Amino acid sequence: MDSKRIVYMDHAATTYVKPEVLEAMLPYFTEQFGNPSSVYTLGRKSRSAIEEAREKVAKAIGALPEEIYFTGGGSEADNWAIKGAAFANRAKGNHIITSKIEHHAILNTCEFLEKQGFEVTYVSVDENGVIDLEELKNSITDKTILISIMFANNEIGTIQPIEEIGRIAKERGIIFHTDAVQAIGNVEINVKDMNIDMLSLAAHKFYGPKGVGALYVRKGIRIENLIHGGGQERKRRGGTENLPGIVGLGKAIELATADIEGHNARIRALRDRLLNGILEKIPYTKLNGHPEKRLPGNINVSFKFIEGEGLLLLLDQSGIYGSTGSACSSGSLDPSHVLLAIGLPHEIAHGSLRLSLGDKNTEEDVDYVLDVLPKIVQRLRDMSPLYENFIKGGR
Amino acid sequence: MYSDKVMDHFMNPRNVGEIENADGIGEVGNPKCGDIMRIYLDVEDNIIKDVKFKTFGCGAAIASSSMATELIKGKTLEEAWRLTNKAVAEALGGLPAIKMHCSVLAEGAIHKAINDYRIKHGLEPWKDDKNYDDDHHDIGE
Ligand SMILES: Cc1ncc(COP(=O)(O)O)c(C=O)c1O
Ligand SMILES: [Zn+2]
Repeated sequence: MDSKRIVYMDHAATTYVKPEVLEAMLPYFTEQFGNPSSVYTLGRKSRSAIEEAREKVAKAIGALPEEIYFTGGGSEADNWAIKGAAFANRAKGNHIITSKIEHHAILNTCEFLEKQGFEVTYVSVDENGVIDLEELKNSITDKTILISIMFANNEIGTIQPIEEIGRIAKERGIIFHTDAVQAIGNVEINVKDMNIDMLSLAAHKFYGPKGVGALYVRKGIRIENLIHGGGQERKRRGGTENLPGIVGLGKAIELATADIEGHNARIRALRDRLLNGILEKIPYTKLNGHPEKRLPGNINVSFKFIEGEGLLLLLDQSGIYGSTGSACSSGSLDPSHVLLAIGLPHEIAHGSLRLSLGDKNTEEDVDYVLDVLPKIVQRLRDMSPLYENFIKGGR
Repeated sequence: MYSDKVMDHFMNPRNVGEIENADGIGEVGNPKCGDIMRIYLDVEDNIIKDVKFKTFGCGAAIASSSMATELIKGKTLEEAWRLTNKAVAEALGGLPAIKMHCSVLAEGAIHKAINDYRIKHGLEPWKDDKNYDDDHHDIGE
């Protein structure tokens, strides 16, 4: 087996940091290290680097700089948005609407709030993973204070009708938050046009550093603080700023949103070549997620009769990195909540593989995967009692 | 996360396959929990002459199947019956705690295959105190 070649196709998990981004960050670890809150020149330079990054983030999503707050990543932004809006609007109501396919940063936050007396509706999705807008509308009550629907799903890549949800929320005077962690750099976003009140993002999904993100909060939307402390982030988020991280986030979002169309066209062409190849070469395979309205780099397929962890281990032996929604690999007893929400039976969910392509992937990578993957799937099928039953015509 | 032994048995599983007209066949697990194992036994004079398996499941499930079949090959049915999932896991150099449940399948499939053999030969099936099909997750360590 050729184990020299490494093909990283797990960009939805995290990306490498682009050299330009790293370069922009480096001075802020060493020479330019001053505390942004310090009044002397060194500190003031740090302050202006942060404000420059804030402008870049604002520009990328059509917001104002003063509407951007830096956080310690996507999960913190999600926690802050949900808890902050819930606790600030308790007098108005205690009802929150979200979806069944959100990231755990949203779902587990909602579960926590349920213990605090909030009520949460988890709206269903169709077989492609698209939110049921009727169900969403019908679940709104006078007590609804917040709607949180992710922009694009991290597992199956489905992109939601965010503009329509924004319109619905606006009509009813409800705060609308979207987790756009997977969407940045892949979808054109304008928070004003789309009526988005809050938006979460994380740098490490678009070639920036890990552990830094941002929450956009529209001017006029009141949310409680999550991190209490010093007066940083205009008294909204305590703690000395992650200066190099924030600079990296700014540079990364600038690069990621400079040419979304060009990036999409390139990644989508590669993705489609890989996807079509997989569907052609490997029988009894099903695409999960929306066929068109999906992230450009996302492939999520289920191979019948096999289980995903074995697949990942064998792919790893060939230098190919992907992920699965199988239970056995996550350590929980159930397969991915997203795959169950789109109606997959457990055994099909267990056999899922997500490959998420990124900027460095090439046609050679795609051809290599198309050479290796069918053999691995067949090898596992030859070991599978379910496949044996199928071949023998069922028992 | 896996020991070298586990990886070896996963990458090069021993005794994969079927036995035609097997003397005993046992299957446990269900697709819902993500692991299914089927064992085929070839028995002669109360000795397991040959054993094959097919497994739908994770790396630990496949490695456990491979190791368990190695451990019972050439053994008497009584010896094979006494094989525990703990012994399989130990022979594999240990399994991560969350993966212990995957090794229970091998023990269960062997029990079922032995009793299938016993029933086919007009013998009283041996009593099993565990139900391996339902929620084998609770059985682990
Ligand atoms: C949709 C979505 N939301 C939130 C997160 C959490 O982001 P972070 O890991 O930066 O906290 C992720 C990343 O895994 C994600 O994909
Ligand atoms: Zn398992």
